Amino acid sequence: MRIGVVTFPGSNSDVDALNALAVAGVEPVSLWHESPDLHGVAGVILPGGFAYGDYLRAGVIARFSPVMRGVSEFAAKGGYVLGICNGFQVLAESRLVPGALLRNRSLRFASKIVTIKPQRLDSPFTNKATGAPLHMPIAHGEGCYYADDATLDELERNGQVLWRYVGEDGAAALDQDDPANPNGSLRGIAGVCNAAGNVAGLMPHPERMSESILGSDDGMQLIRSFVESARVWETAR
Amino acid sequence: MSDVTTTPPAPVQPEPLHRQLGVTDGELDAIRAKLGRDPNHVELAVFSVMWSEHCSYKSSKPLLKTLPTRGHGMMAGVGDNAGVLRIGDGLAVAFKIESHNHPSAVEPYQGAATGVGGILRDIFTMGARPIAVLDALRFGDPTDPRTRHLVDGIVRGVGGYGNCVGVPTVGGELVFDPSYQGNPLVNVMAIGLLEERMLILAEAPGPGNYVVLFGSTTGRDGIGGASVLASATFQDQDPSKRPAVQVGDPFAEKLLIEASLELIERRLVLGIQDLGAGGISCATSESADKAGTGILLDLDAIPRREPGMAAWEVMISESQERMLATCLPENFPAVREVCERWGIPIALVGRVTTDGDIAIIEGGIGPDGLPNPEAKEIARIPARALTSEAIVHYRLATPPARRRQAPAPGVPLTAHDGLPERGMNPASVLAALLGSPNLSSRRWVYEQYDACVQSNTVEWPGHGAAVLRVKGTKKALVATTDGNQTVSALDPYLGAQLSVAEATRNVSITGARPLGLTNCLNYGNPERPEAFWQLQEAVRGMGDACRTLDIPVTGGNVSLYNEYPGGAIAPTPEIGIVGLLDDVSLLVRPPFTTAGDSVILVGESTPGLAGSAYAELAGLASEDSPPSLDLDREAALQTFIREAIGRGLVASAQDVSGGGLAVAIAECAMWSGLGAHLRLGISGSPAIELFGESPSRLVLSCRPRHAPAIELLARQFGLPAVTLGTVGGDRLRIELTGQGATGAAEERGSRVADAVDVSLADLRHAWDHGLARAL
Repeated sequence: MRIGVVTFPGSNSDVDALNALAVAGVEPVSLWHESPDLHGVAGVILPGGFAYGDYLRAGVIARFSPVMRGVSEFAAKGGYVLGICNGFQVLAESRLVPGALLRNRSLRFASKIVTIKPQRLDSPFTNKATGAPLHMPIAHGEGCYYADDATLDELERNGQVLWRYVGEDGAAALDQDDPANPNGSLRGIAGVCNAAGNVAGLMPHPERMSESILGSDDGMQLIRSFVESARVWETAR
Repeated sequence: MSDVTTTPPAPVQPEPLHRQLGVTDGELDAIRAKLGRDPNHVELAVFSVMWSEHCSYKSSKPLLKTLPTRGHGMMAGVGDNAGVLRIGDGLAVAFKIESHNHPSAVEPYQGAATGVGGILRDIFTMGARPIAVLDALRFGDPTDPRTRHLVDGIVRGVGGYGNCVGVPTVGGELVFDPSYQGNPLVNVMAIGLLEERMLILAEAPGPGNYVVLFGSTTGRDGIGGASVLASATFQDQDPSKRPAVQVGDPFAEKLLIEASLELIERRLVLGIQDLGAGGISCATSESADKAGTGILLDLDAIPRREPGMAAWEVMISESQERMLATCLPENFPAVREVCERWGIPIALVGRVTTDGDIAIIEGGIGPDGLPNPEAKEIARIPARALTSEAIVHYRLATPPARRRQAPAPGVPLTAHDGLPERGMNPASVLAALLGSPNLSSRRWVYEQYDACVQSNTVEWPGHGAAVLRVKGTKKALVATTDGNQTVSALDPYLGAQLSVAEATRNVSITGARPLGLTNCLNYGNPERPEAFWQLQEAVRGMGDACRTLDIPVTGGNVSLYNEYPGGAIAPTPEIGIVGLLDDVSLLVRPPFTTAGDSVILVGESTPGLAGSAYAELAGLASEDSPPSLDLDREAALQTFIREAIGRGLVASAQDVSGGGLAVAIAECAMWSGLGAHLRLGISGSPAIELFGESPSRLVLSCRPRHAPAIELLARQFGLPAVTLGTVGGDRLRIELTGQGATGAAEERGSRVADAVDVSLADLRHAWDHGLARAL
């Protein structure tokens, strides 16, 4: 099976996504930003980085790129799309997932290993997770998840909140100033999916914690969930 | 001039042009001799940057020639953009360190950002993909608002560039010392990985070949960066110098990396050079000189960022993110296609020629490779006059009238430690050291740097050397930067040796073998004999250390004129080491791993507290000598630990350096969350034993059954090894035993504890919050 990883000119974590997919045993395919052709892949990862430099606002230009036309059509057909870090920002700017990513509350870039917990284990992006807290790195300057209260309530009702930042004890860091909430995200949200449940974005990097030599392979629980969901979807078509 | 004087003001003599450009009268005579005529304005501008200290190394070159620069597996070294060493499996590592001190003092964010950009270009110019950055930063008094402004801007700048360009920042240093008050140091090391077949040099071979310029357009930013900023003493934090600081565009650099590596991989270019200090003047003359060719350069073909730039401005502009390459004419369309695909402007700007000159014309080059009939030659300089035959100054070196040297090796320990006399509790001293600005956690800094992009980071910043796995192999690269400015200020020869010893030791204690050394020598005004003596002694010390430890110098950078009206910086030899671990599964880290393990101290302390963190804390700076270094013993220690790790005997290893043995042990404990119960025999002074920074020592832990084998192995290397105690619990307890301890206790009137006994939580708290408190 083939999974695509989009490369915008300023993507830099595309190598991490390609590496993690190879570790997961699928064939990674690099998708160039200038073409809407997704080459028949079974799923798409929008990786981390600075898509077009992101000097204006993270992901704001990528939304208009040819490849995002292809990704939007793919998503509309029910294909699985996972946006990581900058990829989440691009998805939010493209309105493929709800909410927005604001500057970190510290107003500084934040790079550290955080703990997140899947909020449900029956979603296509978490169904291979154990449910235990997962350690994985963040590396972003604009990762503070924001949406208005009504939207947040709706997301919770619909089960669209897929991951939250948690403390070591597993308790959700709901408060913006909780030390376990690394960027001030509202209600401790680390990642969400769209209403249809086939497009998800998260700020932490599961693909960078894909091998134990890198400190942990916790991230593979999420990568495998995504890959297997894509496999099922492709087989069903 | 006061109002009351009646003397008319003296007529203002305009400074001659060459002096405005930083060229001395004597140098002007030398330029005339090289050209056989007077230089014109453009030529003088080109000479001014190429003969600047920054580009020409005119003061340091005679010293640097004495360094050992040959080593096993070396593919490129001194004189190339970066050192390149084979690591097996058809792979090689490229690495180099460089300073960006003065630009960062003027404009901290952009100065630091472009420092990262510049050193990254040195790496991918060799055909290597940059895989890591380490930043060694030095500042003045942390409580000074100006320092806080610099720390904030420089840290943001390093992160802003590295994070965007997708190269992890995995290590470095943050040091506060009053001598850097007016002149912070920003030394950035970059490491790249390449397949051996990708290696390419900065040369312009083959007359008739095309010379192309790609990357950003050329503007007025960074005019005179090399000559005005980097090669003169600072008068003040002068905002008028700001136009000489370049502005970085990490997104453009990212594109440049991808395009350059694709051009190299597809063998579309024959030679490639980045445009750094000295801009296109430097790139063309170095590329031509290296290949023994010349370059005909059409100034009109250079894409400009702004109209109305004078020829000399174009020639010396230091606009960032630009590359110069040579290609076969038939490959030019493919070169252009690659650049355009990455959205990078590219221009055909010249031809390789046979005459050895950099000939600059306006008016275009014809299809025959010759200037158009109506073209005008505006400058012509032999390439080698700008580079390999640039001016050299043999500076005067004079040691200061009063200086202190380490006692000869073997001198017995003395007891004048000051610890009991001052009534200090060793546990309080330890906590104070761990919380001090120079030894506390650097988390606030490195959490602003992406440390794991590219999925190679095995060891994150914060606990010693950086470790990066090499994908597709079992290997790992281990890297560190270290510089000892406090001892260098007392004895620059010893300080440089200690810097090399500590940097290599930090690599060896992971089990890795140091492969090569890159250095950034930060010193004062070389025209001042005392400052030049410091540089001379440092190079001698570095060379001696490298020869004994058998490590080649693969390149580096010299930053002089690090002075400001308040004085000169402490001489700072910043050493970067890259080592190779053949099997990453054997990696050993500093934190303890298992309760019940034995803790062993290898090596012994020598007298001398001067230059130590303890001396600074206790105010002893002027009372003592620095500890001595026996390089043969250092070499033995490093071979020993690599051997012990290779045999699988070692659970953890930490070197003894800043803050001494007590701090080293506390770090092993805090970082693991495992305490220890130890007994330390004191033969002389408790302060020296606990907090002295004498080199060639390490603390390791091992399964108790391995302790005899380790002690035996140490003896085979002629090293003392003593088991101190056992890992476990949540407290660090170090009992002081032996003559020195009881003697000192009696002097103290027996009210002071003769043991360190403190909870890990307390140590951790001091260490965690020290930096935030200081800033």
